[in-house]
Amino acid sequence: MKLVESLLKSPNTSMFDVEQIRADFPILKLKIDGKPLVYLDNAASSQMPQPVIDRMTKYQTMQHANINRAVHYLSETATAEYEKSRHKLKNFINANEEREIIFTSGTTDAINLVAHGYGRKFICSGDEIILTTLEHHSNIVPWQMLAEETGAKIRVVPINDEGELLIEEYKQLFNKHTKFVGVTHVSNALGTINPIKQMIEFAHARGVPILVDGAQTAPHMNIDVQDLDCDFYTFSGHKLCGPTGIGILYGKAILLERMQPFKGGGDMIASVTFEKTTYNTIPHKFEAGTPPIAAAIGFGAAVDYLSSVDLSAIEAYERNLINYATEQISHIPGIRIIGSATEKVAVLSFSVDRIHPHDIGTLLNQEGIAVRTGHHCAQPVMQHYKVPATTRASFSFYNTMVEVDALISGIQKVQKVFL
Amino acid sequence: MITKSLYQEVILDHNRNPRNYGSLDNANRSAEGHNPLCGDHLNIKLNLSEGYINDISFQGESCAICKASASMMTANVKGKTQADAETMIQEFREMTIGKLEPNDKHHLGRLTVFFGVRDLPTRVKCAILPWHTLQAALNSVATISTEADDDPMHVSIGNA
Ligand SMILES: Cc1ncc(COP(=O)(O)O)c(C=O)c1O
Repeated sequence: MKLVESLLKSPNTSMFDVEQIRADFPILKLKIDGKPLVYLDNAASSQMPQPVIDRMTKYQTMQHANINRAVHYLSETATAEYEKSRHKLKNFINANEEREIIFTSGTTDAINLVAHGYGRKFICSGDEIILTTLEHHSNIVPWQMLAEETGAKIRVVPINDEGELLIEEYKQLFNKHTKFVGVTHVSNALGTINPIKQMIEFAHARGVPILVDGAQTAPHMNIDVQDLDCDFYTFSGHKLCGPTGIGILYGKAILLERMQPFKGGGDMIASVTFEKTTYNTIPHKFEAGTPPIAAAIGFGAAVDYLSSVDLSAIEAYERNLINYATEQISHIPGIRIIGSATEKVAVLSFSVDRIHPHDIGTLLNQEGIAVRTGHHCAQPVMQHYKVPATTRASFSFYNTMVEVDALISGIQKVQKVFL
Repeated sequence: MITKSLYQEVILDHNRNPRNYGSLDNANRSAEGHNPLCGDHLNIKLNLSEGYINDISFQGESCAICKASASMMTANVKGKTQADAETMIQEFREMTIGKLEPNDKHHLGRLTVFFGVRDLPTRVKCAILPWHTLQAALNSVATISTEADDDPMHVSIGNA
């Protein structure tokens, strides 16, 4: 308990009132079978604060119509609010222009967009795409599909036992056939933060564009795409306190303009005849059909909310949480922490001797504790550690030290059941 | 609560000391069961002659629910006819997906400790994997998967 006290008194956390933040999240008041909910599955999806819920309700109650189509009041309002959200996202990641922000249905959709729009146009037989062992399946499968179709090859950056990319090996993979790099900013299975700035610099020095999967980054730290100088960056609304069904692809305008459209339909065209269709300008070229307007507006409200909390304060607070959780769990006999990178976010993946993750998950649920068990859509990571699955506790800024304690005593209870 | 009653002593005991665990020298049927969602896998070997399951064993890596289910299953079907085993497979499946109530007529005996799994849809597959695999072994299908299209019971499980 001494550590908790000292952490709570540390300057970083004193400016950060977690109880006040928790009051914004109605779902955190839930009881599961009489026990307070301890929600530690934030890497899968985060919870939504009242201001975001309210913003979406307001849109749906007073502002809804289809966008970009009509001259009436509601359509103009909806269009303006939708575009305002794009503006907020642009500021959130410090993009240069609004038109570099494309609304997608999420990270998966965005990566598929790039694999199609860039990949099918610029990647050919014999070309090579570099990915890493840490990728989520959504940054593997679209590229495999592309490779199968075009005859391109996939090269994979290995990791060490801490769960860190081997950067020397990354550099060795480059050759004259290398045409693209896809890398996750933060590993969803292990929490590792990759040195993407260095990786981007290296790829650019060889004229190779790079996509960064930021699905696990956005709720934890500041993102500056101009400082990173990445070519593409993507994340999903539902992992940063926003709704599902929405995400963004950031792309440098010069690349987006040269890419082919992904989906065809309304809104993405300039003119259509049966002889020839000309496409709309970016970002509209990539936003075919009616988008999830309420979700896009909620997404904007979510980044407003995160900015109001202050991402630097969040980062510092979460670092204390993960340090405390790591320290506490390592006192439990029979625990193996999976992923111990020097640079990591508040994700704690672990296995417990002789107890299957599924049994751990089910028994923790009895204590009101929500964790994720399984391969976390990152089977290459599981293969590296030679485990079929892990138990993963992933923290958010609304989690508390008391919840870490609940997790620790929950694990000890599970061990007693199986004694 | 139901989940509490799922991890009953009998299940924990079969997990700790699984019955009929290992290989089988005189096996003439076998099948491999696999749940790609959690990586669980299990191999069942049995000796079937003149319609009787004379001997049966299982081996594999899985969660406690799956292992206990396999252990209790082998103990229950050993010495029974293929037809009796198939009735139990059917009844066990119906119990876990909520189609068979404990008071209905059945031949499951103590296997009703798995009754509670119906309230945990994500765990139904764990309990049922050994039974799938037994069915496959009886019908001499070499490997089955809880996710495969050719899994004879896949549709019913999906509805669970
Ligand atoms: C690193 C990473 N990439 C991509 C995704 C896919 O995100 P979505 O399912 O929102 O498209 C996830 C979500 O689990 C993720 O963690």
